[in-house]
Amino acid sequence: MSILEVNNLRKSFGTAEVLKGISLHVDRGEVVSIIGSSGSGKTTLLRCCVGLEKEYEGEIHYDGTFGMVFQNFNLFPHFTALRNVMDAPVKVQKRPKEEVLPEARELLRKVGLSDKENAYPSTLSGGQKQRVAIARALAMKPDILFFDEPTSALDPELTGEILRVIRALAEEKMTMVIVTHEMTFARNVSDHIIFMDKGVVADEGTPDQVFNSENPRTRAFLGKLST
Amino acid sequence: MSFGVILQQLGSGFLKTVLIFSVTLVLSLPLGWVVYFGRSSRNKIVSGLVIGFISIMSGTPLMLQLLLWYFGPFYLFRMNIGNYKFTALIIGFSLNYSAYFAEIYRSGVEAIDVGQYEAAQILGYSKLRTFVRIIFPQVMRIVMPAIGNEVITLVKDTSLAYSISYIEMFALAKQIAAKETTIIPFIVAGVFYYVFNYAVAKGITLTERKLAFY
Ligand SMILES: Nc1ncnc2c1ncn2[C@@H]1O[C@H](COP(=O)(O)OP(=O)(O)OP(=O)(O)O)[C@@H](O)[C@H]1O
Ligand SMILES: [Mg+2]
Repeated sequence: MSILEVNNLRKSFGTAEVLKGISLHVDRGEVVSIIGSSGSGKTTLLRCCVGLEKEYEGEIHYDGTFGMVFQNFNLFPHFTALRNVMDAPVKVQKRPKEEVLPEARELLRKVGLSDKENAYPSTLSGGQKQRVAIARALAMKPDILFFDEPTSALDPELTGEILRVIRALAEEKMTMVIVTHEMTFARNVSDHIIFMDKGVVADEGTPDQVFNSENPRTRAFLGKLST
Repeated sequence: MSFGVILQQLGSGFLKTVLIFSVTLVLSLPLGWVVYFGRSSRNKIVSGLVIGFISIMSGTPLMLQLLLWYFGPFYLFRMNIGNYKFTALIIGFSLNYSAYFAEIYRSGVEAIDVGQYEAAQILGYSKLRTFVRIIFPQVMRIVMPAIGNEVITLVKDTSLAYSISYIEMFALAKQIAAKETTIIPFIVAGVFYYVFNYAVAKGITLTERKLAFY
């Protein structure tokens, strides 16, 4: 059963066509990674899927709700870590605070930040901020969670802690779409990999299929990375 | 006239000065947001009118504006303006300061990262709730130093009430000085203004510190 289905998605900025007919679907419990070189349209695809880009052609269908984790975290700086996680469930979903609070604490524990619930984002490291952002997204109980390069704003030594959290989510069968440049991670965590090139899906398949692909564009992209 | 009497008379004028100051602030701080929203309206007519308003408010002397607000209704509509002085002052001061505050708010809103709106949108916050919970608190912290400057200026600007012969502290000081041929009232008035300004500046610093919790 597909949670997300995208049909022939086209998106232009002015005269530049950035997405040239993308189709994909994501099943419940599936982890899909999107890889591809800079400017190939990965972010634009995600932004269309979550409604941050409103003008496009084609169809995007959901069977459920979505959340998103940004490259730059976009935490609310005037809220503590706990409030960042709790605010939307309480204020938007109107759920009782007494019910949300233990869930929020549990989420912070899960991302390893129990001791930081009263910390403001400005006092946290990049990796800690991103883990709060993941907890914040999870607190809304989305059916599918999008990540746009969740580690690329981080120092290399901090990427591991984020990838571990995402891997743990994958083990719990959280449905996720992850744009990433971390190839080893994509290979290990994904059920399906989509390789984008110049606004089209140039190649896709299981990690083994994509990493052993005969497709020259895929090979060129993966080859460039490994050298 | 003894020093005590001078002090007492100026004290009553000082209360009027404080009243102009506080009523103006209470009205113009929120009104500034109204002006800001008008200015950033997608309706070109609305935003055009508001931009014109801001430009007139900041491009002409406040004293002239006060004179117009006070005498305008009389010359235009033959309105009886006997009891209207304080109202005219408040209209004049509040509109003028709301224009300045609107521009300050605008610079603050522009300093907010677009990612804040995007995160809020995906978490399901409505436009209104995004503004109230996410944007507004951050803007107030950003603009507090600029607001503080304007507030200090307002303390001194209250003496412009003198231009429409509203009897506040400055006007009283001048009256007494002329009658008693002494400069003591000016000195006392100066001390009042200074102390008032000092208290206001302290208040601003405290507010800034309170907003800087993150
Ligand atoms: N708001 C915009 N206005 C105009 N052009 C844009 C806009 N956003 C993206 N683009 C263009 O669309 C193309 C695809 O950008 P996109 O950000 O989707 O690429 P990406 O695959 O995410 O790249 P990266 O790996 O660097 O993040 C680029 O050429 C970019 O310049
Ligand atoms: Mg991108």
